[in-house]
Amino acid sequence: MTKDDCKKLVIDIISDIAPDEDLTAIKPEIKLRDQLQLDSMDFLDIVMELRKRHGIEVPETDYGQLASLESCAEYLTPKFAQKS
Amino acid sequence: MAYDWLKGIEDHYDIVVIGSGLGGLTGANVLAKCGHKVLLLEHHYQLGGLATWFTRKGGHIFDISLHGFPIGMIKSIRKYWSQDIADSIVQLKGVRFINPQFQIDTTFDREDFTRQLIEKFQVPAETVARFFTDLRAMNFYDNSQETTGEMFARYFPGRDDVQRLLMEPIAYANGSTLDDPAITFGIVFSNFMSKGVYTFQGGSDVLIKKMATQLKANGVEVRKHVVVEKVLTEERDGRKQVIGVVANGRTIRCDVVLSNANIKSTVLRLTGEESFSPEFVAQTKAVRVNSSSCQVYLGIRKGETLPHIGDLVFTSEEPVFSSEKLVDLHTTSRTFSMYYPDTRPGSDRYTVVVSINAKYDDWNNLTPEQYAAEKQRLIDESIASLEKYIPDVRGKIEWMEAATPRTIERYTRHWAGTSFGTKFEGLKVSMDLPVQLPGLYHAGSVGIIMSGWLGTINYGVIVANQIDKALAAKKRAAAAVA
Repeated sequence: MTKDDCKKLVIDIISDIAPDEDLTAIKPEIKLRDQLQLDSMDFLDIVMELRKRHGIEVPETDYGQLASLESCAEYLTPKFAQKS
Repeated sequence: MAYDWLKGIEDHYDIVVIGSGLGGLTGANVLAKCGHKVLLLEHHYQLGGLATWFTRKGGHIFDISLHGFPIGMIKSIRKYWSQDIADSIVQLKGVRFINPQFQIDTTFDREDFTRQLIEKFQVPAETVARFFTDLRAMNFYDNSQETTGEMFARYFPGRDDVQRLLMEPIAYANGSTLDDPAITFGIVFSNFMSKGVYTFQGGSDVLIKKMATQLKANGVEVRKHVVVEKVLTEERDGRKQVIGVVANGRTIRCDVVLSNANIKSTVLRLTGEESFSPEFVAQTKAVRVNSSSCQVYLGIRKGETLPHIGDLVFTSEEPVFSSEKLVDLHTTSRTFSMYYPDTRPGSDRYTVVVSINAKYDDWNNLTPEQYAAEKQRLIDESIASLEKYIPDVRGKIEWMEAATPRTIERYTRHWAGTSFGTKFEGLKVSMDLPVQLPGLYHAGSVGIIMSGWLGTINYGVIVANQIDKALAAKKRAAAAVA
């Protein structure tokens, strides 16, 4: 899986959690919280969906790694690679 | 022989949920959607915990919980329940304050509060803006020692009228006082100020019935009239862990118990001191339960109408706000929740629910005669107070009755009849529970911030995530061995 594939999977999850948000213009390097109406519960939902859909566990100490789309890809792509 | 309320249940579930308050219901729903086998047990004949209702002859329906929550409920209900339920959430625009210091009508949001604080209370605009911005930035893990009273003194020194405007409604929402950590005020107040006060159109009965339907659709086994008597533990690999519950005298095995009972009841009564370290038991015993509430329910006779005097009316005759006076047995502070026909579309009925904060100890040591007399006094004083705003209301009332902390204790089994969970320290005990005893989790009203409609729903999700994580790890470990 490439980092771009990983970003797509994360966007898929966010689009279900925040269906009213326009996700077409997300800037990957900017914090998600600064461009979308996401709160701490939404990030918890992203963690739950990663586990449910992809069997990926994000420990609480690593929640900060999910701040931007770029950091998500950086952190999650190796986890996807480990799985397959 | 008595009816078997557990008829047909299985011998083992992934998770048994004790109690059907909003935290228990939401936790059960989220866990079922994650694919786990869930059994939910409620001792009462009705679901919802304090988010419930009752009916009386004459067609009266009374909602229990104060019918106001922040806009965040729309998002939480949509994510953890359904768009359909979220769509029934509507704003309550008529919030009123009537007391010796001021009378105001407000939509209870940041914009209107800013305007009123500047124009009516003559607070500098810069102070108001700074107060709102600082509160918005509060986090529950900030670990600040400041109390709400101290925080008010910092922004609005000598202004007990401003303090009253800010504190009084939140005291009804979560039972917090001027002596509690500022965060317990800040988070809840900011949530409300975001967009105002909201409620469910259709009433608690419609809400809870829709939730029950969805639980069933998601495969949750829901049983009422079932009292959980004991959480069962067993030592495995030198460590105690949860293996099931005893409910209505029957043993039901499970991997995880999610207790939506009071945190002190969960540790000290349901599980028992013997399953925890002495330090943890001491910590649990030291948790202070929060204050409680009385309510007076007034049903208006069919055919009669009431004028619109606001949706939530905070009234008091106290000269200034005081957290002690608010819970006094003879307090003059009351909140009127006005239910007009549009609360339940299709209905033409009016009801009034009066909420009064209270202390359990004031109500628990009365003789039956004193108890009945005090309840009657509550009703009489509430009607007399309402007559100031609706002079002819007395003749329109067909049904009147009162509930007290003892009523709450009976129907929810809450420790000391609390209606607001525990003080701040309860949150740590609740969150530490699975570390102390693997398999035991708690999601109920704790720490003031995990209280109220939104707090309990979100806490149910937070704990459901921890349970899902633990069960997923267990499955991975089992697969690795196989």
